[in-house]
Amino acid sequence: MKTLDLFTTAVANTFRAKTRTILTILAIFVGAFTLTITNGLGTGINQYIDDTVTSIGAEDVMTVSVTPDADSGFGASSGPTEYDPDAVSSGGFGPNEGGTVVALTPDDLDTIAEVDGVLSVEATKSITPDWIQYGDGTQYVTSVGGLVTGQSVQLAAGAEPDAASDAFELDLPISFVEPLGFADADAAVGETLTIAITDAERTQHLVDATIVGVAEESVAAPGAGGLVVNAALTDSLYDTQNIGLPDDQLERYAEASIRFDPAATDADVTALKDNLADAGYTGTTVADQLGTVKTVIDAIVLVLNAFAIIALLAASFGIVNTLFMSVQERTREIGLMKAMGMGSGKIFGLFSLEAVFIGFLGSAIGAGIGMLAGTAISSVLSGAVLADLPGLTLIAFDPLSITVIILVVMAIAFLAGTLPAARAAKADPVESLRYE
Amino acid sequence: MLVVMKTPIIRVKDVHKSYGRGPNRFDALKGVSFDINEGESIAIIGKSGSGKSTLMHVLALLDAPTSGSIELEGVETSTLHGKSLNQARNKTFGFVFQQFFLTANSSVLENVMLPMKISGVKRSERKQRALAALEQLEMADKAGNKAVNLSGGQKQRSVIARALVNNPRIIFADEPTGNLDTATGAVVEDILFNLNREHGITLIVVTHDEDLAARCDRRLYIRDGLLVTDTTEVAA
Repeated sequence: MKTLDLFTTAVANTFRAKTRTILTILAIFVGAFTLTITNGLGTGINQYIDDTVTSIGAEDVMTVSVTPDADSGFGASSGPTEYDPDAVSSGGFGPNEGGTVVALTPDDLDTIAEVDGVLSVEATKSITPDWIQYGDGTQYVTSVGGLVTGQSVQLAAGAEPDAASDAFELDLPISFVEPLGFADADAAVGETLTIAITDAERTQHLVDATIVGVAEESVAAPGAGGLVVNAALTDSLYDTQNIGLPDDQLERYAEASIRFDPAATDADVTALKDNLADAGYTGTTVADQLGTVKTVIDAIVLVLNAFAIIALLAASFGIVNTLFMSVQERTREIGLMKAMGMGSGKIFGLFSLEAVFIGFLGSAIGAGIGMLAGTAISSVLSGAVLADLPGLTLIAFDPLSITVIILVVMAIAFLAGTLPAARAAKADPVESLRYE
Repeated sequence: MLVVMKTPIIRVKDVHKSYGRGPNRFDALKGVSFDINEGESIAIIGKSGSGKSTLMHVLALLDAPTSGSIELEGVETSTLHGKSLNQARNKTFGFVFQQFFLTANSSVLENVMLPMKISGVKRSERKQRALAALEQLEMADKAGNKAVNLSGGQKQRSVIARALVNNPRIIFADEPTGNLDTATGAVVEDILFNLNREHGITLIVVTHDEDLAARCDRRLYIRDGLLVTDTTEVAA
């Protein structure tokens, strides 16, 4: 029998006992459907995290701060913390957010620059404006952050602030558009925003800047969900803020950004962190910050997948049962085919192909409907519960994992089919054709 | 007068066949020898349990003899294995069974095409040859019907078409008329003997029906695993 004939015969045989086949397919369907959804959940969330990492930054950027002394860290010592004149408040997006850290001095920056693997160092200038205002509207509190080269803003309108420009430019988070009195994101672009900032002598200064774009919100947007400003505006605000500071208080930074070789492998990054640690600094990449989240999600998806696999195993016993019944019913036919010169190998192939086909139907239908259901669920959720996380597709699918699911189910079906198929292949034609 | 020594199509030499072991051992054939020449029609006659079915299975290479040899066209069949054995079965034999063994829910055409599907004949040729065989048995108009919906005579004619379709050298018929009424049985007999006479196909009929056996050129009586009588009718 030719392979194509073998295949078409197997497919035709599948539908001979329709009810039985459909019930078996349904059992596999449940497993494949679950596996598709759980996998889609993992894919969707991890995709979102990856997108976020890219938007936060260039993957070759690391945030560096001074490693706190062991006895001044949180919970490291039960006694009172000793005063450190170099401590500053850190407002950045980092592990020490909200706490005080030992400030980086220009000397520290030089030391960091010399660490093996560091390409360049840039101090993160921490700016704390009092409020922002459009026209005569309400004043709002916000934070300010800059873009490191390679970072990008997820834009709702307009463009990113021009780093090379001398003009004061900024991107406004979309959540500020309506409160500030703009009709929509597009209306805000090109307008002037007033930023109030107080210097060290408690004098308030007003700085006007142009809104060049409106940024989408995300879990970890550049500027930590505040204004994203260009270099000219950063310098101006920073200088304004530091008016009146004594010289020895100038140039104190909570953290700095370093760049390393974009082609660096995970091992290189680890080596760089070790080097920094030896010099007394802590380096954190964006991936590190979100890595924990990813690990947790992967673990949850793994557990859910395990349940789906259990469902599939149960279904595979259904395949064994279905095919055993099929072999039983077709004893005569098998005997006849053998008498007509069909080899045992071909008989085995015929029945295992039937199993594989049942597996394929169950998994393809399961994956198909799983994708439809997943897409529907995530579009409903993203409009309701998850509206605060734009860009998140809760359940996403990539063709590779869907193909893998279908292939895995087909492989399980094949394994389940080998037992009945072997029995069919072993059948003795004389026994099979005996009758009373 | 010139005597042409032709190789017999089947030569059976001292064939034994036993089942089981030790005290449960049952000897179905206890040393049977005979030749079958091409184009003969032969009846193997015996009561149930006589060993006639076992003999047919051994002749059709469905079962191997415990000892002794069977030569098919001069080839010792115990040397055939796997593919060559399957090919010999597929190309040389056609089977007609009392119980038909048609796949009930497939069409008559599908059933008739089965041996060609197994031997790997092209799809178009399969259909053409199956239709020709059905035509020969006046069953062409039933080609599309499901086998389950046929009458007994139509079923047996479909089975004969299936047996013919690979142009076999030998047709084995196991009680071909056993499930048919007398009139239909007679028609089926006529068809089988026609094939034997006009197409030179060797016909081996296993039966306990003396009337059917009487129409064959030669009758082999089997009793308790032994060949008791071998009558060769003298050609007129």
